[in-house]
Amino acid sequence: MRGTTVSSSDTLRDQIRDAAQAGNWLLVHRGLRSLWEAEAAPATANYIMTYADRLRGRVSLSPCRVAFLRSFTIEPVIPLLRAASLIKGLDLEVQIGGFNTYAQDVLDEKSALYEFSPNVAVLAVQTRDVAPELWDGVDDLSREWAAKIVERVVELYQNLIHAFRRTSRAHLVIHGLDVPQRSSHGYLDDQHFGQEQAIATINDKLRRMAHANTGVYFLDYASLVARHGRINWYDEQKWLTMRMPIAANHLVHMANEWLRFLCPLMGKVGKVLVTDLDNTLWGGVIGEDGMEKIRIGNEYPGSAYRAAQMAMKDLTRRGIILAVCSKNNWADAMEALEKHPGMVLRPKDFAALRINWNDKVHNLREIAKELNVGTDSLVFVDDNPVEREQVRQHLPEVTVVDLPQDPVHYARVLREIPEFERLWLSEEDRERGRYYAAQRERKELEGSAASLEDFLWSLQQEVSIVQVDPHTIQRAAQLTQKTNQFNLTTKRYSEADLQEFARRPGRALLAVRVQDRFGDNGIVGVVLTEDVDGSCDIDTFLLSCRVIGRTVETAILAFLADGCRKRGLEFLEGWYRPTAKNAPCREFYARHGFESVETRGDGVRWRLRLDATAITCPPWIQLTGPA
Amino acid sequence: MNDVVESRVRRIVADVLAIPLEQLPIEVSPHTVVNWDSLNHLNMVLALEQEFGIQFSPEETTDGMDSLDQIIELLKDKVVAKQPAP
Repeated sequence: MRGTTVSSSDTLRDQIRDAAQAGNWLLVHRGLRSLWEAEAAPATANYIMTYADRLRGRVSLSPCRVAFLRSFTIEPVIPLLRAASLIKGLDLEVQIGGFNTYAQDVLDEKSALYEFSPNVAVLAVQTRDVAPELWDGVDDLSREWAAKIVERVVELYQNLIHAFRRTSRAHLVIHGLDVPQRSSHGYLDDQHFGQEQAIATINDKLRRMAHANTGVYFLDYASLVARHGRINWYDEQKWLTMRMPIAANHLVHMANEWLRFLCPLMGKVGKVLVTDLDNTLWGGVIGEDGMEKIRIGNEYPGSAYRAAQMAMKDLTRRGIILAVCSKNNWADAMEALEKHPGMVLRPKDFAALRINWNDKVHNLREIAKELNVGTDSLVFVDDNPVEREQVRQHLPEVTVVDLPQDPVHYARVLREIPEFERLWLSEEDRERGRYYAAQRERKELEGSAASLEDFLWSLQQEVSIVQVDPHTIQRAAQLTQKTNQFNLTTKRYSEADLQEFARRPGRALLAVRVQDRFGDNGIVGVVLTEDVDGSCDIDTFLLSCRVIGRTVETAILAFLADGCRKRGLEFLEGWYRPTAKNAPCREFYARHGFESVETRGDGVRWRLRLDATAITCPPWIQLTGPA
Repeated sequence: MNDVVESRVRRIVADVLAIPLEQLPIEVSPHTVVNWDSLNHLNMVLALEQEFGIQFSPEETTDGMDSLDQIIELLKDKVVAKQPAP
């Protein structure tokens, strides 16, 4: 019985209603989040969605259109998905295809699916619908029999993926096939190439197809079901009466699984994990217990904290940055981090360290500033509920993770943070931790240099501009999606969009790579241009925050101007479209001698007369263009 | 105990029908509330099953849940039946 939640949830609902009456929509959004965290259930989802219309335009919500192609009743999951998304700042519009019409929907170029023009399509099909002969009543256990079914199903998916890719640039998430609770032939099945192996083979091929096709992703439905237990997941009675296979208390898990894909696809990602130290990274308080008594290592309970550290280390391998925010004496904490034999994470694993007695809200702001990310990219982990509440109140844009009471569960919770899901990984993602360590060294150099110019000379930067090719297109797309600060037009492109962009003549897709004495920064800039009537139009011009303030942008502009002159063009021009975050590049065109020629909405169009104004590459940068 | 069941049921039904709790009419049924369509009926069934950790039989969902009052009575029986013997 959960009698107590009625009253606490009543209190929350009262607070939400009062906040709405007072017009404090940020507080409403936060209240709804608390309510959802307390009771993620179908009724709560409906209640939350009654606020959706009023929140729109009042708190920051990104619209997202999701189309479901399905073989079973998913309708009751949708309110849960929409509520969970709203909490994460995604405003979903959902289209649901007919029962088992998914093949027609995908194959027909004029279907409602394409008319809806989704950002993301989900192909949610069960084994018992797409391959009923593999679900029950399996009549033959021969390899040939199984191979035939595998071939038929794989071909169907292949056709669907190709048709979808031909017609739409949306992301496509494909459910893998699920596995029956019991094989039709019992354990005899396992002694042959039977039912289960046929399903596993299909899933294996689906994974490969997803990998081989841009913008197609595999959702391991069988694993999702297995995590919650096949016996519990399914509700046979609802299936037989309403074609609704999932039990009531697992609907929310289905919704959350979809959300795990929507978050990275729609750019709702955390970039930095900021962790506390005492009772989070290790058991005990270093300032009181000392090196000998804190619990971290291979023996329980230290092993629970070690597992948590392992989970954090794993996050860095997907490109997540780690930072420390702890109330401690610097020397005590650093001694533990540097010297304790049980530690998995060491100081070099952290891109920023704030170990002091300042309040955490202040420290989190500082960390974001140091790492050149917005505070909305931070995910905060702390065992102390008071600290968490303070951060929630003062920095509502920070994702705050509620660690469970028992450290045994820390590792699991850390591995389940949806903001850290990634569906692709670039070279840069893997190397990011190292970049930030080098960045710390650059900062130290900057601090010691006599002038900014001295610092820029001493960096020994090499900027090379290359055509975007199949090796770099993924990173280029990722940069258009993630770069917020130095981004003149903030147009978001998928890989498929970029390929489309390149198709028209007169267009150039350029990637910018920067190296310096501390190492290779990798691809940190993207420029898209199009020549139109004697003028070169800059569609996109962006730089990663890693290299802001190092005059790389001037070098790129010099390169563009030079190329334009060689192509006999008269003007170089482009829009600056202001966003909440791109103030750092507001003066970019003006500073380089462009003149404003047009204003539309908030946007300003800037133009440079190529014969009147020269742009030269800064002397401390060595610039190379495409071969 | 029964009061707690009743207030929880009322709130779930209100939520699913997207009606503020205090504005529920005296008689709540598919005949008096437009929102109470077949999809929301299913949503109600699923929401109640999750909230109380129970399962309705197909007969209960089709014949035994024709109004809020009926649902409350049904739930009282089912939740009491679930309590372990003293």
